[in-house]
Amino acid sequence: MAEFETEPRLTGSESRRFSLPVVLVLLYTALLLLAPIVAISWGALSSGLGVAYNALSSADALHALKLTLILGVSASVFNAILGLCTAWVLVRDKFWGQSLLNGLVDLPFAISPVIAGLMLILLFGRGGWFEALPDALGMPIVFALPGMFLATAFVSLPFVVREVMPVLRHLGTEGEEAAYTLGASRWQAFWHVTLPAIRWGLLYGVSLTFARALGEFGAVLVVSGGVSGMTETATLFIFRSMDDRNYPAAYAMALVLALISFGLLMLIELSKSKIRER
Amino acid sequence: MTSPTLEPHEVEDPSLTFPRPWGNWGLRTVAGLYLGAMILLPVAAILHSGFEQGLRHFWQSITQPIAGRALYLTLLTAGVTTLINAIMGTMAAYVLVRHKFPGQRILNAFIDMPFAIPTLVTGVMLVILYGPQGLFGEWFTLHGIEIVFAKPGIILALLLVTYPFTVRSVQPVLLAMSLDQEEAAYTLGASRWTTFWRIVLPSIFPAILTGSLLTFARAIGEFGSIVVVSGNIPGRTLTAPVHIFGLIESEDRTGASAISILLLSLSFTLVLLVDWLQKRREAARGRI
Repeated sequence: MAEFETEPRLTGSESRRFSLPVVLVLLYTALLLLAPIVAISWGALSSGLGVAYNALSSADALHALKLTLILGVSASVFNAILGLCTAWVLVRDKFWGQSLLNGLVDLPFAISPVIAGLMLILLFGRGGWFEALPDALGMPIVFALPGMFLATAFVSLPFVVREVMPVLRHLGTEGEEAAYTLGASRWQAFWHVTLPAIRWGLLYGVSLTFARALGEFGAVLVVSGGVSGMTETATLFIFRSMDDRNYPAAYAMALVLALISFGLLMLIELSKSKIRER
Repeated sequence: MTSPTLEPHEVEDPSLTFPRPWGNWGLRTVAGLYLGAMILLPVAAILHSGFEQGLRHFWQSITQPIAGRALYLTLLTAGVTTLINAIMGTMAAYVLVRHKFPGQRILNAFIDMPFAIPTLVTGVMLVILYGPQGLFGEWFTLHGIEIVFAKPGIILALLLVTYPFTVRSVQPVLLAMSLDQEEAAYTLGASRWTTFWRIVLPSIFPAILTGSLLTFARAIGEFGSIVVVSGNIPGRTLTAPVHIFGLIESEDRTGASAISILLLSLSFTLVLLVDWLQKRREAARGRI
């Protein structure tokens, strides 16, 4: 007992490779997460690649995918730029009402997507507060692309702010101060010093934003009206196809979204490990 | 810019190291407008709409039998999900940090999957697996167990969607914990289980609580995965968010807003509680 040579073994980490808890966790995860992935691949491909391909090459399916990408990219860019400003203000600045702003950021996480859609209808729909705005702008908002954009941007808003904030805090101000001392302008300091240092945090936030935007369903369902070939995103396409019992189309599109999510997941893991390296 | 030598006071004066004056107001305004227009305004609109016809009407909307049953179902399924998630998530986090086994890194990355996969796709997957003609569904139907279009399907969907929350909340705390106490316990002859129960669990309990609150907050708002799995039978498998959707479709905005306000205040309270717990923990760590 007096000698501690056995110390590392005492923690028990390497003694039993597949002990009961490990097996339980692996089984649980396999059943809960892996089985559904296998199922979607089986569901989409069991009747042959040709069927899946045909289902996806219809005009409606292609339009839905295109719309989803447009919404995903625009919401990501919007939230990346404004989220970066917000993160900067919340970390580096001090002013009255700051903690209120900070609390507001988390709200979209706490709001059901359906409720987010309802809010937009209450604002811009018939009888809403800004009912007159669509006419003034000359473009519809609810049941059209602008409303879907707002819905997507709303549900994915917190990610960039929340992922950039800790990185920015960790970075400190020395680099920026050095740049200012050397005569750099505010913009130069941001562009050449701050941004390169926080780029993995930003990428992490943006990939989470994009993943969320790509998969958004509830809010977009409420706000879009879901006209096929017009305001139908990929998730709405899946929903309608399930309703129409057009299962090959639904499963094929679901598989496509799942594959894109996997690509994003890898990006998410990569940026996470890069953040940890710093 | 012209001379590289600096007057000594220039470095010390913070207003010179940061070119501030109105520049800060610019960014503050941007951030304020962004959060105000995107978040505060919509929330104000829903509060206005819910209480527009008076408190009495608000109360009637949330106590209607269908709404009441939907709220009860949502709270029940979210509660069960939170409980299972707390146990399995803690176990997963513990295994990932304290054990070594093949496939560990893959498992670790895989746990984030629900963050990336659209919730509707999750629902479709579960229908393929457990639906009447599903891969496992046929077996369950034969044995008289209903999964899809029943409560187990809802809970399964919620478990899948919220799987990362507890794990990702507990994992960093376990990683940061020093092994001293655990090793001491092992040295004194404590079993793994005793050590976990008496030493590890008390230290990670706040993190489990945080993860559970987040799980619950997420679960009561879930829509996409449930809407295809539950069958949405009013009074039996209709959850509150799906009920809200139905009310919007039937143009009952006041009713939809009333139930929304209820759900929203509940989940926002939970999120604020999480924030407060985390701040307290950070403060406690700062004191040590």
